[in-house]
Amino acid sequence: MIADDVTLDDSGETMVCPGGPLLLRGVSSYTDEAGIAHRVERPVVAVCRCGYSGSLPWCDSTHKRLPPDRRPS
Amino acid sequence: MSTTDSRPTLPSPRGSLSERILQALRTDPGGLVTDAAAVALAEPEDAALTLWVLQELSYRGFQDVPETAEWEPPVLAVRRHLQVDLEARLRSRWPGHQVPESDFAEALLQFIQDDDGPSVASYVHTHATEEQVLELLRWRSIYHLKEADPSTWTLPRLTRGPKAALAELQYDEYGAGRPDRLHAHLFAEAMAALGLSTRPGAYLDECPLEVLEMNNAMSLFGLDGRLRGASMGHLAAFEVTSSVPSGHLVRGLRRLGLAEEIVEYYAEHVIADSVHDQLATRLICAVLAEDEPEQAEDIFFGAFTCLDQEARCARTLLGRWGVAA
Repeated sequence: MIADDVTLDDSGETMVCPGGPLLLRGVSSYTDEAGIAHRVERPVVAVCRCGYSGSLPWCDSTHKRLPPDRRPS
Repeated sequence: MSTTDSRPTLPSPRGSLSERILQALRTDPGGLVTDAAAVALAEPEDAALTLWVLQELSYRGFQDVPETAEWEPPVLAVRRHLQVDLEARLRSRWPGHQVPESDFAEALLQFIQDDDGPSVASYVHTHATEEQVLELLRWRSIYHLKEADPSTWTLPRLTRGPKAALAELQYDEYGAGRPDRLHAHLFAEAMAALGLSTRPGAYLDECPLEVLEMNNAMSLFGLDGRLRGASMGHLAAFEVTSSVPSGHLVRGLRRLGLAEEIVEYYAEHVIADSVHDQLATRLICAVLAEDEPEQAEDIFFGAFTCLDQEARCARTLLGRWGVAA
């Protein structure tokens, strides 16, 4: 689980997608659990929650290929 | 006709109906005379090409057709006949689906992910030749050079929640305010880098019925407000089935050593569509089904149509390449 301890900009809005990523709206950067800030250039960005993305910290839909019991709740 | 006009000229006709309609569009659209029987008797490819041309009048049109043609009553009458016929054909293929009583988004996601249609992307990943990939891109260019445009027609037909979510999704598709990040532009840049034409519809003449019909269905769902549920269901299926195949394409394009611009185009879709699929299923379709329950089944119909059209195109393409699909 990558995004449980998420750091948000003040304007951030979040939406947890069951079995999938965490959506963040209106942020200009995302700081991962290692403290590294990643610039955000989209109106909404999807942060990986399954841990298997090939493009961390962003979701690349790898969760869709995991068996349901290994997807984030 | 301006030399800087980036719009296409009319494609070649594919039968007597399109021959007559295209000729009228060039010369006197308002004077078009075509009876319903002639439209009904047209061969499928002739009818599909004609409808593609007529619906294209509502996008950017053609260099060799006056812009007034879009709203000429006889032109609209032919378009309407062909749209009714297309919708009836699409609905005849739809087996139906029980509208879920709860958790619409999860049920829609499941319905889309249960699809097991043939995958061109998987074949590109491991086996396709450069020549085959270029053919795929030429076929796909009919849509990708106006990527996202068909869904935009639906925007003013939606209630508040789905409208805000679709606007957010489309804002990303249209580059979030940056013209150089428009997805259609990224595709055009990739086409240019591969030595292909970036003019919309440049490769229409080589596209088979399945490609015409796939594009016609998207435009039909977008242009007819009554079909807003189908339009958004189609969008959801498109987005949900984009990210993983785009990843296959990235690896296949790298395997072949093709231009970095086309690799980047698909790499962008791996990440972008991992956002868009969530927006489309949870914030657009699920809320639309709640706001307008009579649209709920059409959301599934639209999703089915997207998957079915994609499968038809994949079978045609893989068949041409001698691959069992």
